Amino acid sequence: MDKMPAWADAVLVPLISILLAAALSAIVILAIGEDPVAAFKLMVDGALMRSSGWGYTLYYTTNFIFTGLCVAVAFHASMFNIGGEGQAMIGGLGVALVCLFIPFPHWSVALLVATLAGAAFGAVWALIPSYLQAKRGSHIVITTIMFNFIAAAVLNYVLVNLLRPTGAMDPATAIFPQATHLPTFQDMFAPEGSRMFRGSPANVTFFIAVLACIGFWFLIWRTKLGYEIRAFGFSESAAKYAGISPVRITIVSMLISGGLAGLMALNTTMGEAERLVLNATEGAGFIGIAVALMGRSHPVGVFLAALLFGFLYQGGAELALWTNIPRELITVIQALVILFTGALDNMVRMPLERLFLAARRRDS
Amino acid sequence: MTDTAAPAIELKGISKAFGPVQANKDISIRVMPGTIHGIIGENGAGKSTLMSILYGFYKADAGEVWIHGKKTEIPDSQAAIAAGIGMVFQHFKLVQNFTVLENVILGAEDGPMLRPSLARARGVLKRLSEEYELSVDPDQLIENLSVGHQQRVEILKALYRQADILILDEPTGVLTPAEADHLFRILDNLRAEGKTIILITHKLREIMEITDTVSVMRRGEMTATVKTAETSPEQLAELMVGRKVLLRVDKAPAQPGASVLEIENLRHVDHHGVERLKGISLEVKAGEIVGIAGVAGNGQSELLEVLGGYADGTGTIRVNGAEIDLTGKHSDGQSRRARGIAHVPEDRQTEGLIMAYAAWENTVFGYHRDPHYQSGPLMNNALIKAEAQDKMTRYDVRPPNPNLAARNFSGGNQQKIVLAREIERDPDILLIGQPTRGVDIGAIEFIHQEIVRLRDKGKAILLVSVELDEILSLSDRIAVMFDGQIMGERLPAETDQTELGLLMAGVTERPDKPLIEAVDAQLDAKEAREAEQHG
Repeated sequence: MDKMPAWADAVLVPLISILLAAALSAIVILAIGEDPVAAFKLMVDGALMRSSGWGYTLYYTTNFIFTGLCVAVAFHASMFNIGGEGQAMIGGLGVALVCLFIPFPHWSVALLVATLAGAAFGAVWALIPSYLQAKRGSHIVITTIMFNFIAAAVLNYVLVNLLRPTGAMDPATAIFPQATHLPTFQDMFAPEGSRMFRGSPANVTFFIAVLACIGFWFLIWRTKLGYEIRAFGFSESAAKYAGISPVRITIVSMLISGGLAGLMALNTTMGEAERLVLNATEGAGFIGIAVALMGRSHPVGVFLAALLFGFLYQGGAELALWTNIPRELITVIQALVILFTGALDNMVRMPLERLFLAARRRDS
Repeated sequence: MTDTAAPAIELKGISKAFGPVQANKDISIRVMPGTIHGIIGENGAGKSTLMSILYGFYKADAGEVWIHGKKTEIPDSQAAIAAGIGMVFQHFKLVQNFTVLENVILGAEDGPMLRPSLARARGVLKRLSEEYELSVDPDQLIENLSVGHQQRVEILKALYRQADILILDEPTGVLTPAEADHLFRILDNLRAEGKTIILITHKLREIMEITDTVSVMRRGEMTATVKTAETSPEQLAELMVGRKVLLRVDKAPAQPGASVLEIENLRHVDHHGVERLKGISLEVKAGEIVGIAGVAGNGQSELLEVLGGYADGTGTIRVNGAEIDLTGKHSDGQSRRARGIAHVPEDRQTEGLIMAYAAWENTVFGYHRDPHYQSGPLMNNALIKAEAQDKMTRYDVRPPNPNLAARNFSGGNQQKIVLAREIERDPDILLIGQPTRGVDIGAIEFIHQEIVRLRDKGKAILLVSVELDEILSLSDRIAVMFDGQIMGERLPAETDQTELGLLMAGVTERPDKPLIEAVDAQLDAKEAREAEQHG
């Protein structure tokens, strides 16, 4: 019998983890002589109480959905893809290349082609580590980490030596043509003359992320490929017995994983910066690990976890802007959330399981 | 032995619950010194839990343990050892790349330096092996020893720690009949020396053969304790299951038809480069059950894996006269299934089922690509679930709830799920490995009937089992495997346990010297060969 009901596993455990992280963060803020209640109010106010705050929160959320799904799909195949960062960088290269070199008539066409390009570039970057894992037994954790560095170096080289407009001083491409600029939330939802979502970077890519969540659910739980990915993830020996090729599943699931990471570039590169910069990913590939862990590798969970981290990112930026709380402390708070929801999961889970068992015994 | 002496072990009212599951309910037994006490019961009856409490792995919720008339607390295994209790686990706890001697002293060293401990242990081992027929080479590495010898090391470990109460958990599961006989002689010697032995098993024959008294457990409760001499296998089986059980398989003589599965000179080399199948030739006809007898680890698993398509092989396999690929792209579980080969694997937990999958998902495992189960790009889960419900009802899977994860079913019910899946595909050939391993007696009866029913429908069945009783009662023809080869074929009516036991140890002719020596010589030769291959 399962130790506790599914809802407790999916909702209660992460919720308690967050509360513990929040409590600890409050103590840290107290320790440096600031008011945790005021700080929390400021975070909520800056991230959730104004439409432009939402515009930022959802922008970050979009990034984390893609990288969270990227890690989650690999988790289902029992692999740990730490290479979301590098795959997103190379995905950005793909997006930049099509935006710069294909003359698009309309942003919708550009978005479609850039989606394919970003996914393909990200997938290719995941292909090599997955091939090495499947055929040579090189551990995917090691190879994907190394590929993050290689991706950064490749991007650096390409930006500095190949794509940098003559005369420009920073390692970035030229601004993409006007026809590739994606509509922001302000373009889409703000009535004429309103200040709704003003200046905030959330854009149409958010809906692609939502579509990716839905597609992810169908893929994993409704198709035979998803059936095979999960089977392989649970038991490689059983997969072999059933005639599911470990090589094929390893490679295919990593291609999907890398492709999802690559899609993140739509949001950062095409949607926000409108050019490819060196540090477009800003560590979102790594946040994806925490998002997937906290979201239990389920798209709904990933969506909610991405929203939480979007809030932390935006709220954290507000804190840095308006209080004496140093930037580093915001990283500490984010790290605490990751620590409690990801690494210390069992610390919350085991006592809860014991509680549920005790309750059940009393009932029976 | 008198009834007035204090019992070696007395358990009083032991209870233990894991969450909602009451593993032990108010259990009391008395085991007199110098006796062998059997504990028998189905899987999940609570035997192992009870022994784990006695050995300090679990803490009982209620109850007392008395050792030699003294109330004793056993909070951990150190305390158990101090109280003179030794345990031989089903899965040995030995360091593979240590020598016998090093394993024996591990955790019981006399001081910081190893040399004096080793020297003392060498002396003690020599004495013990002479006293109890427990001979093993003290300087041999564990990985080079046969399972039978590894088990002796486990017993020696316990004796070295001066155990006078020895618990053995399913000790014969991995032994040849000859090795099992040898083990029983060792136990006999130990009993003669005044040691007390608790033997946990599910094999009725062993209980009848060696024990003085026997306790039967069912669903966490001790249902009876009887003198072995005053009971019968039928009565014990009934006490275990709670109803009358058919111990023999009821079947008509086979009516073999055309040859369905032909294997010629099949070879397989594992990833360590060791040849596991050394030229197997075998034929299975329609409507017959061919049983492969053998001690675990003599190539039976590899034979099933090659036939099932997930290990490479060389040689020839023909199905209904047409050759099948043994390597490459067209040699996998999918292509085998397409050729009408169904496979109930030896290990349902790591191969036959995805334990985390719901029962309904498992009912199509391996056949999930069948267009019948698709609707467009998606899987037709509603259909799969409906069919699963139907299969589970017909195969008496309990509880018949297709949404329950496979790991929540008992061993027997898990096996029924696998059987339902494979048999319902109406295959030409059924490969079936260890069909009743870890399965309770009630389900064994059902599974055996299903296998015979499939045979009577004219299917070819290749049965692999380490349970000789099962092989003898189910098979229409028996092939014995030893060291990757078929040592011979026999008809069940024309052979017996002794002959098969010899073949299983690689002895093809009835020897003139004592049985046990012939078997030992053969096994020693095999060990030496393997040591050479590894070294």
